[in-house]
Amino acid sequence: MSHEAVRVDPDMEYLTPGVVDLEQMFWTGLGATYTHCNQVWPNLYIGDKKTALEKPGLVEMGVTHIINAAEGTWNNVSTEMIHSLFLVNPSGDIFLEKHWKSVVSRSVCDYFLEAREKALDPEDVPPVISTPHHYLISIYRDKLFFLSVIQTEVPPLFVIEFLHRVAEMIQDYFGECSETVIKDNVVMVYELLEEMLDNGFPLATESNVLKEMIRPPTILRSVVNTLTGSSNVGDKLPTGQLSTIPWRRAGVKYTNNEAYFDVVEEIDAILDRTGTTVFAEIQGVVEACVKLSGMPDLTLSFMNPRLLDDVSFHPCVRYKRWESERVLSFIPPDGNFTLMTYHVNAQNLVAIPVYVKHSINFFESGSGGRLDLTVGPKQTMGKTVEGVLVTVHMPKTVLSVSLNATQGSYTYDNATKVLVWDIGKLNPQKLPNLRGSLSLQTGAPKPEENPSLNIDLKIQQLAISGLKVNRLDMFGEKYKPFKGVKYITKAGKFQVRM
Amino acid sequence: MGVGRNVTVVYFLLSLVLLPVRMSLVELPEPSVSIPRDVDMSSSPTRNDDLKEMLENNKESLKLEAMKRIVGLIAKGKNASELFPAVVKNVASKNIELKKLVYVYLVRYAEEQQDLALLSISTFQRALKDPNQLIRASALRVLSSIRVPIIIPIMMLAIKEAASDMSPYVRKTSAHAIQKLYSLDPDQKEHLIEVIEKLLKDKSTLVAGSVVMAFEEVCPERIDLIHKNYRKLCNLLVDVEEWGQVVIISMLTRYARTQFTSPWREDGVFDENSERAFYESDEEKTRDDTEIKPYTMDPDHRLLLRNTKPLLQSRNTAVVMSVAQLYWHLAPRNEVSIVTKSLVRLLRSHREVQYIVLQNIATMSIQRKGMFEPYMKSFYVRSTDATHIKSLKLEILTNLANEANISTILREFQTYVKSQDKQFAAGTIQAIGRCATNISEVTDTCLNGLVLLLSNRDETVVAESVVVIKKLLQAQPSQHSDIIKHMAKLLDNITVSMARASILWLIGEYCERVPKIAPDVLRKMAKSFTSEEDIVKLQTVNLAAKLYLTNSKQTKLLTQYILNLGKYDQNYDIRDRTRFIRQLIVPNEKSGALSKYARRILLAPKPAPVLESAYKDRDRYQLGTLSHTINTKASGYLELSDWPAVAPDQSVRNVEVIEPVRIHPSICTALFHFCPDSPPSFFHISCYCPSLPSEKSSSQSEKSSSESDIEQKKKKKMKKPPQKKNVKPPNKDRYQSVMCKPNSWVGPGFGACVCVCDFSSCRMNLLRPHLFSRRLSVSGPAFVPEKSHNLLHRMTGKGLAAQYQFTRQPCLYQPNMVSVQISLTNTSDHRLEQIHIGERSPAGLKIHCFNTIEFLEPDASVTVSMGIDFNDSTQAANFQLCTKEDQFSVSIQPAVGDLFLAVTMTEQDFRKEQGKLQGMNECSATITVTAENTSSQPLNRRVAAMANVGVVPSGQDNVHRFAGKTACSGAVLLVTVELRESSAAVITINTEKSVMGSMLLRDLKKSLAQA
Repeated sequence: MSHEAVRVDPDMEYLTPGVVDLEQMFWTGLGATYTHCNQVWPNLYIGDKKTALEKPGLVEMGVTHIINAAEGTWNNVSTEMIHSLFLVNPSGDIFLEKHWKSVVSRSVCDYFLEAREKALDPEDVPPVISTPHHYLISIYRDKLFFLSVIQTEVPPLFVIEFLHRVAEMIQDYFGECSETVIKDNVVMVYELLEEMLDNGFPLATESNVLKEMIRPPTILRSVVNTLTGSSNVGDKLPTGQLSTIPWRRAGVKYTNNEAYFDVVEEIDAILDRTGTTVFAEIQGVVEACVKLSGMPDLTLSFMNPRLLDDVSFHPCVRYKRWESERVLSFIPPDGNFTLMTYHVNAQNLVAIPVYVKHSINFFESGSGGRLDLTVGPKQTMGKTVEGVLVTVHMPKTVLSVSLNATQGSYTYDNATKVLVWDIGKLNPQKLPNLRGSLSLQTGAPKPEENPSLNIDLKIQQLAISGLKVNRLDMFGEKYKPFKGVKYITKAGKFQVRM
Repeated sequence: MGVGRNVTVVYFLLSLVLLPVRMSLVELPEPSVSIPRDVDMSSSPTRNDDLKEMLENNKESLKLEAMKRIVGLIAKGKNASELFPAVVKNVASKNIELKKLVYVYLVRYAEEQQDLALLSISTFQRALKDPNQLIRASALRVLSSIRVPIIIPIMMLAIKEAASDMSPYVRKTSAHAIQKLYSLDPDQKEHLIEVIEKLLKDKSTLVAGSVVMAFEEVCPERIDLIHKNYRKLCNLLVDVEEWGQVVIISMLTRYARTQFTSPWREDGVFDENSERAFYESDEEKTRDDTEIKPYTMDPDHRLLLRNTKPLLQSRNTAVVMSVAQLYWHLAPRNEVSIVTKSLVRLLRSHREVQYIVLQNIATMSIQRKGMFEPYMKSFYVRSTDATHIKSLKLEILTNLANEANISTILREFQTYVKSQDKQFAAGTIQAIGRCATNISEVTDTCLNGLVLLLSNRDETVVAESVVVIKKLLQAQPSQHSDIIKHMAKLLDNITVSMARASILWLIGEYCERVPKIAPDVLRKMAKSFTSEEDIVKLQTVNLAAKLYLTNSKQTKLLTQYILNLGKYDQNYDIRDRTRFIRQLIVPNEKSGALSKYARRILLAPKPAPVLESAYKDRDRYQLGTLSHTINTKASGYLELSDWPAVAPDQSVRNVEVIEPVRIHPSICTALFHFCPDSPPSFFHISCYCPSLPSEKSSSQSEKSSSESDIEQKKKKKMKKPPQKKNVKPPNKDRYQSVMCKPNSWVGPGFGACVCVCDFSSCRMNLLRPHLFSRRLSVSGPAFVPEKSHNLLHRMTGKGLAAQYQFTRQPCLYQPNMVSVQISLTNTSDHRLEQIHIGERSPAGLKIHCFNTIEFLEPDASVTVSMGIDFNDSTQAANFQLCTKEDQFSVSIQPAVGDLFLAVTMTEQDFRKEQGKLQGMNECSATITVTAENTSSQPLNRRVAAMANVGVVPSGQDNVHRFAGKTACSGAVLLVTVELRESSAAVITINTEKSVMGSMLLRDLKKSLAQA
């Protein structure tokens, strides 16, 4: 090694330091730059483990050989739960990345993209992918992949739940969760992510708290902001972070004090070919929209709480009170939230609101078939069934359909082989019918199996389990709130096997 | 540690060597894939110059706009590092949004521009002293996120300071900063552990989760730090935010596995025992009992299980899963099943959640079928499920199959076999195969079913069936020669090579069972040999060889023909195999000793393949972990230790010291959440429902530390005869009676009385006199009389019976009310509806009514609480108790002693107060006390039973002092009982409310003189 500084590359201005300079640096320790990798001689690099592991980076640098000069066993000091987050759109482009610690190269996503390529459907991408040095946990939601990079052991559900919260937060702030919206609000999304996670550990995930720190966009405010240069960032400390009620912000004020509760029930069912129920259950959720001033303390009681078998609550609900008295007692968050979800006692028979008469035949010759579907109301408790939608996943060999619907309209997507029949309201006097012929690929064998139907429906003003809200009381505030309860029944995963 | 240092040193040297090279080669992000739609923000030099200009402009709005664009660049993964000098200047900006964006930038690029980053440090140091906690916290957040080794000492100092900050939010941030500093410099570990130790003692629910996280990352091996905080963490758990709950639960799982003995150990034995005891003689039973020491669960172990259970109702799936794994790894076998319902509920959640939960259920269901069997139908597959969800559900259904439900499951499987998803159909066939081997009753049914599938039109289905049938037949070939025959017939139609090969192998293996068909099959194969796939050719050669050995007469020529064909095959594998087989079976002079053993080699009995679950060995990983999901050890995975054979010392968890500062009178009231103005938070519900005394102590977390103090003192007292411990009262019961039932603290018996005194005295000692002038701190009742009074007799109430009891707890609804607990019972034969309180008298009487009870089933009873303002008089409260049909006039008559609230004060304060209440305000009487009341404990008990007063620690043995205040007006009440010679005693009562004083005096006289 030379004593003096040397210019190694005549084309570059850089002088490689000599021994004297190095010694000086060593003893003074001034200005040491920490980077993962440095070129110390033309085509000679010194780097750390991270560099050595990132293959694409090495290829880019043109590295052919690596000498390992590290001593001892692997020193594991990575201490974060969630290291990085990438948002990937359906065509596989990464359009946002956020790192809570040192930067992880995008190339880590290649493993994920590979798995995505392999899967027929984006739903089929495994949520947890193990790569040599990272673990990738992803969720698929609203046609976007939220991909998080993990380095150490962490409960996978912890990450999954957090990613869903991120998606919900974006939805909550901007009305929808899509690539366009995120790109348009990239700065605010970034600020939100910054607040939601500190060093890979969730910090503020309550919508009420976040909204105090970063105000959601409104048209008026964005106009004002552009004019005055003021900001969306709150300048006060969110009170929720410090109080015993982290989910509610202080100083809420409304001129009209209202509290609305929607009891939404979904029927999950599998009916077999003959129409008998293989499996049926009712899942319900109580969605609330509470716009009340001050610190109201609400109790909501049901006429028949015994129906509820298994429940889960928003953290605001006092569990002990539920245990002893079966009433929901809570200080509500401000705005929209899910108060509780429940599962109706399995002993109760589930009323199935519709029946389907169906027949599907494929001709032995293998060139065509016939389809005949009729939908009718069954146990509807005297209410009208609306929004009926029948979806059929046809066998792959079905080329086209030529059908005739007595009510509503149908579409057939040849690429996905999905037949959708949008019926709308069910009229018990005149049952909707869909019949006609199917044409199959010539030469293909007759399909072995029959497709299954998925049914979507809606019944207003009815909770199919019979659950009824008894009363809602408010304590702690003087004013009289306006209260409302709405019931609605929907089909959840309602499947008829043909 | 040593390792960490080495690596760091290596680094340090390297980075010095590389100092002047200001380029980061790897860190340069790759050129972006997506081109921005809105503005062109590519990192071209001109654009960046624009940004630089904007940043240097004086206009705030321009700066902000520039920063927004820069953050946009960062979000897209583009390099904006060259703007560092321009950006860092704005770090001290007054505009909060601008500042935040600068922070975002700093955290991203500081590592690459270390010396420039140092310019910003002083700003943060200043902000750390800001009066606003938000600013302090965010300064610490950013400071600790800047990964610049030079500022480590500054960070360390900042963390230490923040750890004792007044604001819990700042303390929480410091807990996060601990991990960041640790990952930057592991050498700081020892100092950081000190901070962790300090923060673990923190009582705030905000801090708990974060500090446990730091503990897990920095020093998971220092389990000793947890001991003293164990009970506190258990009690705080319900109130910690969701994410913290997950971390704490997983830490406590690990802790419990090292500190408690296994609750499973006796399980099997115990069951056997009880059965035997039932059938066999008593003699034997007693012998068994002496042999096996019964298992008693450590009360702390029970505490953990009890306090985590409500979290199963959490909306956060990660919390539910972590409680489920805690029960799986820690709870007695018979209690694990309470998590089932909640896990099944999670299946309604997102696809990804389903995936993880199903995986865990798959592992659980192998060991414990019974747990999930009632929910079997929840695992039925829908055609819309994702592929990996389908196969997991299939796995679970197979695990759940038993003799009773197999027919249902098989019927379901038949639907799946027809699925359009062929991979799934094939999986189902394998599942049927597994069911067939596991449940011998259905083996034949399954086999027949599979044989039927052989005529399926789909080749994958057929091929999979053949493979599974082959495996099944291998297990029991004797009875199934007709199936083999059937398969031989199929050979003509099946084209999938794997299936053809399987059939050939099967016929070869069992050729002696189908002696007529086998040669014929070989003949057919000889014809088509040249057009077969390689795998089929190999099996044909095998079949030929086996037949040659068993039936050479018929097949000799055929075999030679096939061997000749094989000899000239294009595939060298087949040529090799042919050559080998020929040498082995056809005896000639060249073949050695091997051919003698040909039969043994080719026709050796082969073990049947085992069909078992892929999840069989997963239980070596802790459930719910990443390692469990990927089925390999993830880095940083902490092994769950086995239960210790002997439990380590339990007393390590006793909390010795209470920081006296904590019990400031104002906090004291807060402790019990009586403040009517402050909104009650989540778990203070216990106050609402006094009917559940057992929940009280577990939820009143703040109080628990003092409780555990008592408990520990009590333990000490009771442990005096240590040898008896095993013999008589099981540890658990004693503990629980303290932990859960404040009411029963003063039960009959000596130990309990001691406890009362301890309770008040330990409280007393903590109160500093100067903190305590006129503001009296309310303590919990020293004694709660069990006695309840009749409110409504069932005859007068037409079936509705009511009793009331004074809980002596300060009233939740309003501080000046007396809380009364009413138990209502329906003794009629019909349901009573709408039980509520109607008219009341006197007119001004203030009552906080209970909520209307919608209905009360026959024989059901309900306990409700109400508050009554008696206005410091013993006048009865009259009101009407109404049902839907009837109204009953009832009255609650308080004893004068129930109108007080116990307060705590020191002897010194007592004297001071007494000095102010002389003359008119004092009344006294001399009585003769009964012999048993001359010692202090029974005396204290008698007085506390009569009036809700607190014991004042006394320096004199013969003088006993008690203090209380009236519920309504808060007037001080002081009671002095001075014991004199020959069972004489002087009772003195000092209070402004002289009427109440004299009434109480009368009652006390009666009580103490009582036999």
